[in-house]
Amino acid sequence: MSRMLEALSTWEWSLDGWIVLAGVLCGVAAALPGCFLVLRRMSLMGDAISHAVLPGLAAAFFLTGSRASLPMFIGAAVVGVLTAVFVEWVSRFGKVDEGASMGVVFTTLFALGLVMIVQAADSVDLDPGCVLYGAIELTPLDTVSIAGLDIPRVVPILGAVTLINIVFIVLFYKELKISSFDPALATSLGINARLMNYLLMGMVAVTVVASFESVGNILVVAMLVVPGAAAHMLTDRLWVMLLLAGIIGAASAILGHISAIAIPPLFGYQSTNTAGMMALCAGAILALAVLFGPRYGLVSRAINKWRLSMSIASDDLLALLARGEENGYASLPTARLQSQLRLRAFSMRSVVRRLIALKSIIPLGTDLQLTEKGRGSAKNLLRSHRLWESYLSDQMGVRPDHVHASAERLEHVTDQQMREELAQSAPDGTDPHGHRVPEESEGE
Amino acid sequence: MSYVTAIASEDSLWRALESFLLLRDYNTRVVVLGAVLLGAAAGLIGTFMLLRKRALIGDALSHATLPGIVAVFMFATISGMDAKSLPLLLVGAAGSGLLGILMVLILRNSTRIKEDSAMGIVLSVFFGGGIALLGIAQRMEQGHSAGLESFIYGKTASMVASDAMLIGLVALCAAGLSMSFYKEFRLICFDESYARSQGWPVLLLDVVLMAMVTLVTVIGLQAVGLVLVIALLVIPAAAARFWTNRLWKMLVIAATAGALSCYVGTLASAMLPDLPSGAMIVLATSLVFALSMFLGPAGGLVHRYRTYRKLQRKIARQNVLRAIFELVEHGIEDTGVPQHIPAVSFEAILTKRSWNRRHLARELRRCQSGGMVVHMGDHHWRLTTEGLAEARRIARQHRLWEIYLISHADIAPSHVDRSADMIEHVLGEGLVAELEAMLDAGKKATPPASPHSIGGKESGDVAHA
Repeated sequence: MSRMLEALSTWEWSLDGWIVLAGVLCGVAAALPGCFLVLRRMSLMGDAISHAVLPGLAAAFFLTGSRASLPMFIGAAVVGVLTAVFVEWVSRFGKVDEGASMGVVFTTLFALGLVMIVQAADSVDLDPGCVLYGAIELTPLDTVSIAGLDIPRVVPILGAVTLINIVFIVLFYKELKISSFDPALATSLGINARLMNYLLMGMVAVTVVASFESVGNILVVAMLVVPGAAAHMLTDRLWVMLLLAGIIGAASAILGHISAIAIPPLFGYQSTNTAGMMALCAGAILALAVLFGPRYGLVSRAINKWRLSMSIASDDLLALLARGEENGYASLPTARLQSQLRLRAFSMRSVVRRLIALKSIIPLGTDLQLTEKGRGSAKNLLRSHRLWESYLSDQMGVRPDHVHASAERLEHVTDQQMREELAQSAPDGTDPHGHRVPEESEGE
Repeated sequence: MSYVTAIASEDSLWRALESFLLLRDYNTRVVVLGAVLLGAAAGLIGTFMLLRKRALIGDALSHATLPGIVAVFMFATISGMDAKSLPLLLVGAAGSGLLGILMVLILRNSTRIKEDSAMGIVLSVFFGGGIALLGIAQRMEQGHSAGLESFIYGKTASMVASDAMLIGLVALCAAGLSMSFYKEFRLICFDESYARSQGWPVLLLDVVLMAMVTLVTVIGLQAVGLVLVIALLVIPAAAARFWTNRLWKMLVIAATAGALSCYVGTLASAMLPDLPSGAMIVLATSLVFALSMFLGPAGGLVHRYRTYRKLQRKIARQNVLRAIFELVEHGIEDTGVPQHIPAVSFEAILTKRSWNRRHLARELRRCQSGGMVVHMGDHHWRLTTEGLAEARRIARQHRLWEIYLISHADIAPSHVDRSADMIEHVLGEGLVAELEAMLDAGKKATPPASPHSIGGKESGDVAHA
């Protein structure tokens, strides 16, 4: 712990502050179009474009003979958009699966770029590793002077890209939304879905190019997919998803840099690659969203399932006790109830504890007995069950010996109003097995 | 690459080419053999992946191997083992690759995240983790991490005999598994739910396939690099798809294409200076793909265009013949070969459809060279006996369909012409026979009377029905 603090004490706002800011800008800029990629099932497009722009960079270098950033930027952005176009051509004209067409196009372009760069490497140092995996740690060293301040060159670039993406999404929010969820509807409403697609791809390409040269390819690929997917686990509303994705992108950048400095010292090493750690942090946030998302998270889904099964088991237990009373048993032994309900000991204990807390049953030695309140709910359950049995048998023509299983499931989701309606279609007051349908009792 | 460039610079290019083509050099032999076997194995497995619509799983997988490689390297360095031992690094790669695939399957099956996002997540997060570990490894005091990058870019030319043997082993394994599970793999590729309903262990078969992809990816990593091994898994298979619709042929073609591209790629990279071999291999596969996409007989662009053109010509010819027939049908006897077939003027034919002069003139010339019509001079054309028979057949199909639509599909007589106009060209013999039976039309050569008025755009006065 002290090592962590010691490592963090070397934090310098003039260096680390800029690094974090570059990461945050990249995270936000990429997360916004990334949401649409996730929704359109084109998540791998970011990866494809980020590899495929290599020949654009090399071509810009060959044409201008310098590593100036504007021609490189234009070259890469052009090839980036072209990648999307090529992918669509190959998959449309060649009738190739979209994924395969992506694989064909981006590996080809990447190989082409590698060959071109190796050719160029004779005259200048244009290391593919440096081009592709750019170093976010070095961003504060490359500064421009704006309004008398020395600002790292990437900050205004990434800031502009973030701004462009936000403006674009705000302007075309409706069009992007409709064409992402329902391209056919978009077309019928007069929205050019294909144009929207290309605009989105252009946005992705510009973001990728602006980001990887400064903060590294892996970071932008991660930021395009992971925050969007994590936000998708948390909400069903598009604008909330965009907002969350932006926040998650920014948060993973901040946490990433801190952990790149602070975590390796725990194991006795020096700091590590920041971009890699940022991607890893995004992954960690995603893992949290996947596990604990309020509605779609694995844990909350498991809890809901457990709750539902508990409530069904409680209903069944009350109904068993009520049937016992009908047959003249005032109470029933817990062990027998457990074996009839086919519950494990743990679940049985939870059910009993729950019902006692609800004052529906009281323990009587090793037996369980209904309270007045429990008897009321149990009667209503039996009523639902038997009404359903007679309804299924009389109205739907199901054979009387087949109705029990269906009624057993339906009884748990039947409320008073539905029971009244069912009662109207079964006026004689007995179920197909000859049991009396209990009267409605007050207060469930 | 260095030894070959050395040859190229010291010796003449031709001598080098000759020695390379004949595989005289031991190193060359090893490199070429290794690359070719890798290409063949990747082609085989890639075919199944492509048909399973998981072409890009290699992408996620190859990126996911990085943390395993670096972690094993660090572990080996700390515990004093040989950190550059290839088998050890490959075990690490396979381990984290499989973990990555497992994560893809979990994310896809038990959350609302779709397969593509799951692959993107695994790809970027695992690779990010690998880069972060690499950042630590590079700053470790002991050990020397240089060379781990070769897994990212590949170093085909420095392959040694043991590497080639390893690749050969994996290729053999891939070929053996593909053959012994041919039927099962085919089933899950084409109809997964049927396979499931028949009780095949789909998940297990998937795992076997994934394990093979992992094997091929891992051995391909150090040969052609992390990005380019994806190409070997995707491109030969996608190219083979343009040549055949049969799975076993596709497997053979994909394996051959993969092997051939690897051979050409290594050759090109060895012959010419400054061409990285991994990239050259990929460009060779891309070339194969481009050629296949254009020339392949099963869905290739040229083939599809020619089929389309052929159909267009047939339709145009049949339209001309029917137009002339409708102009002359009252002048000739109903049965047998008529003695005299009247000629019709170009202008009269022109009014039958909305076609322009140039188009009609060209189609008439085509029909003439096909022996269907003859030019009588003065812009008049006459059907030949052969042309008459064909024209009768078309008109008959057209009208049978019209009558069918009116009597069985309840469509107004004024609306049937359009739809019959499209269907007449593609009605097969069997269908015509069925129509005849259904409409009690009998097997006659002459068409029944048209159920609606026919004629040119303005000649409604020749109505006869």
